Amino acid sequence: MLVINNLKASIEGKNILKGVNLEIKPGEIHAIMGPNGSGKSTLASVLAGRDLVKVTEGSVTYFGKNLLEMSAEDRAKEGIFLGFQYPIEIPGVSMVNFMKAAVNEQRKHKGLEPLSASDFLKMMREKKELVEIDSKLANRSVNEGFSGGEKKKNEIFQMAMLEPKLAILDETDSGLDIDALRVVANGVNKIKRPDNSFIVITHYQRLLDYIVPDVVHVLYDGRIVKTAGKELALELEEKGYDWIKKEVENNILA
Amino acid sequence: MEKDQNKILSDVTSGEYKYGFYSDIETEQIPKGLSEEVIKVISKKKDEPDWLLEFRLKSYRHWLTLKMPAWAHLEIPPINYQDIIYYAAPRKKETLKSVDDIDPELKKTFDKLGISLEEQKHLAGVAVDAVMDSVSVKTTFRETLAELGIIFCSFSEAVKEYPELVKRYLGTVVPYTDNFFASLNSAVFSDGSFCYIPKGVRCPMELSTYFRINSANTGQFERTLLVADEESYVSYLEGCTAPMRDENQLHAAIVEIVVEKNAEVKYSTVQNWYPGSREGKGGIFNFVTKRGMCKGENSKISWTQVETGSAITWKYPSCVLRGDNSIGEFYSVAVTNNYQQADTGTKMIHVGKNTKSTIVSKGISAGRGQNSYRGLVKVLKNAAYARNFSQCDSLLLGDRCGAHTFPYLEVENQTAIVEHEATTSKIGEDQIFYCNQRGISTEDAIALIVNGYAREVLNKLPMEFAVEAQKLLQISLEGSIG
Repeated sequence: MLVINNLKASIEGKNILKGVNLEIKPGEIHAIMGPNGSGKSTLASVLAGRDLVKVTEGSVTYFGKNLLEMSAEDRAKEGIFLGFQYPIEIPGVSMVNFMKAAVNEQRKHKGLEPLSASDFLKMMREKKELVEIDSKLANRSVNEGFSGGEKKKNEIFQMAMLEPKLAILDETDSGLDIDALRVVANGVNKIKRPDNSFIVITHYQRLLDYIVPDVVHVLYDGRIVKTAGKELALELEEKGYDWIKKEVENNILA
Repeated sequence: MEKDQNKILSDVTSGEYKYGFYSDIETEQIPKGLSEEVIKVISKKKDEPDWLLEFRLKSYRHWLTLKMPAWAHLEIPPINYQDIIYYAAPRKKETLKSVDDIDPELKKTFDKLGISLEEQKHLAGVAVDAVMDSVSVKTTFRETLAELGIIFCSFSEAVKEYPELVKRYLGTVVPYTDNFFASLNSAVFSDGSFCYIPKGVRCPMELSTYFRINSANTGQFERTLLVADEESYVSYLEGCTAPMRDENQLHAAIVEIVVEKNAEVKYSTVQNWYPGSREGKGGIFNFVTKRGMCKGENSKISWTQVETGSAITWKYPSCVLRGDNSIGEFYSVAVTNNYQQADTGTKMIHVGKNTKSTIVSKGISAGRGQNSYRGLVKVLKNAAYARNFSQCDSLLLGDRCGAHTFPYLEVENQTAIVEHEATTSKIGEDQIFYCNQRGISTEDAIALIVNGYAREVLNKLPMEFAVEAQKLLQISLEGSIG
């Protein structure tokens, strides 16, 4: 569904991504790991269509379409979801109104009628149960006054509501206690279907105990330097990233 | 993103002002200019008693000694007060007996504005006094209200039918010497609404006045007097619109509210006078004095205003908290777009003991709009345990607009607690991107964020009008959505 080819991108003139190649097929879970500053979040931003990041070279194809030419909202409507590392607060806008706007935009895009108020609320209830989120959430403003854990759970809830084809979770596990981590992971596992895919960006192996990836990539200095099965995550946990860094440097010298 | 945002914001400007039409109604006018003669003519046209003419002349003579105030953060072009028509009225032959007697053109005008003058067609539970230019053309539900002893009629009728009440309260909250525009209004005011809620009566419907400026070169000087007797309650709403014209038109109104013991008045305004063109041509100068007196113990006044119109707004709905334990509230959303300017806020004067006031002001600036909050919280010597909370937020859209805050605190009693919070924010690119990423367009995202920002105030409006106001916010900021 997604093919990234030699992707290079910069932020404010600084080169961050230096030639990323990646292919994701329907039903796959890819984990992207790597030390701080390696370009993980930048990759997520490029895929979601954030203007701040300038693509300087390469291509991204999504279901045969040039993703880089699509606006952020069109990408969302075509089924790309980004779980934010730092979810944004929108004071005064209730979760109900926010999600209603989002869900109905997506339905409009598919040529469907907007959901009736009762159908919509029913959907909210079901999805809230699915991701074990506080039922009072609906009446609160988007992320306003939410704890760190609540914000992350709220991202998973929104993902459940929007049923994306490709969900990118940007460090959704950071700052979560073990219970919240389990809730987030369970949410992902319940939403998973044979035809949708996930990119899980994380620092730590522990999330991958709950969300079992098909492939693990290591992103370092703007490139994917290692790709292997789920056992790679365990190896990284054990040895740290220095091992990878050394390997990369040796390769360059050799 | 920045570019998108600016483009969308500039699209606003192409958003048509929906109420800018002019109705071709036969109008009776007096010549331009202001003098004692003109005041006598107005008074005579309205067949007023001598005491009222005296009040007008006294006001006029005082006005002559005053200069236009210059302290507001506004750029006001010079106004030639001799170049204004002070009285214009849709021509009518005799007093209206039923809705069928109303000029069909007039009825059409108000229908077009969404204000039906026919009771059965109107929003259930809202009584309307419709004022065009200098006169009230129709007040609905008068009989229904009269059964409860509630008086709701035009100011002119009140002068004729309830002269004692008018005389007792007129000018007691806003004296004719109060300020330049109040003196002018006291001299030339033409019509407006009068409302009296008797002891112990809870008004069963919303009362509302709809003001329409129609004629060119005229000023509108209406006067509203609202009296809530002991243990009574009323919720009152005013709305206003005007045709699009290249010249500025002056609107200088007075609203006086008197609230007796244990009574409560909720006064809401949705102000949508013509704001001028995108280049800043034309528009209404809205110079208004609004003040309520919490006269009795435990009385309460709550002002809610949504200000989206007018080229210039100069307006400070205030509360004098005289009765012990009385409460004053001010909730405001003010939008300035294009070349609009607003200097608005409130005064809370704590006189009695245990008096409480709350101020929530939300300014929104876009285009080259300039938005100022100006507020005074004054706690007098005897106002023991007075309590105030003020919150002033400003939201900036784009980078050519301005937001300013001028809070004044004068506290003379040691036991008072006064709090002030202020924030200034821009709509964040990250907020817009967050919405985009959920499939919401930038335009809809701005509307969503602005409405969220104003929610606290919009929630204070009567239900029927909250939706209206929300739409209005979107139209004045985004135009292209409309």
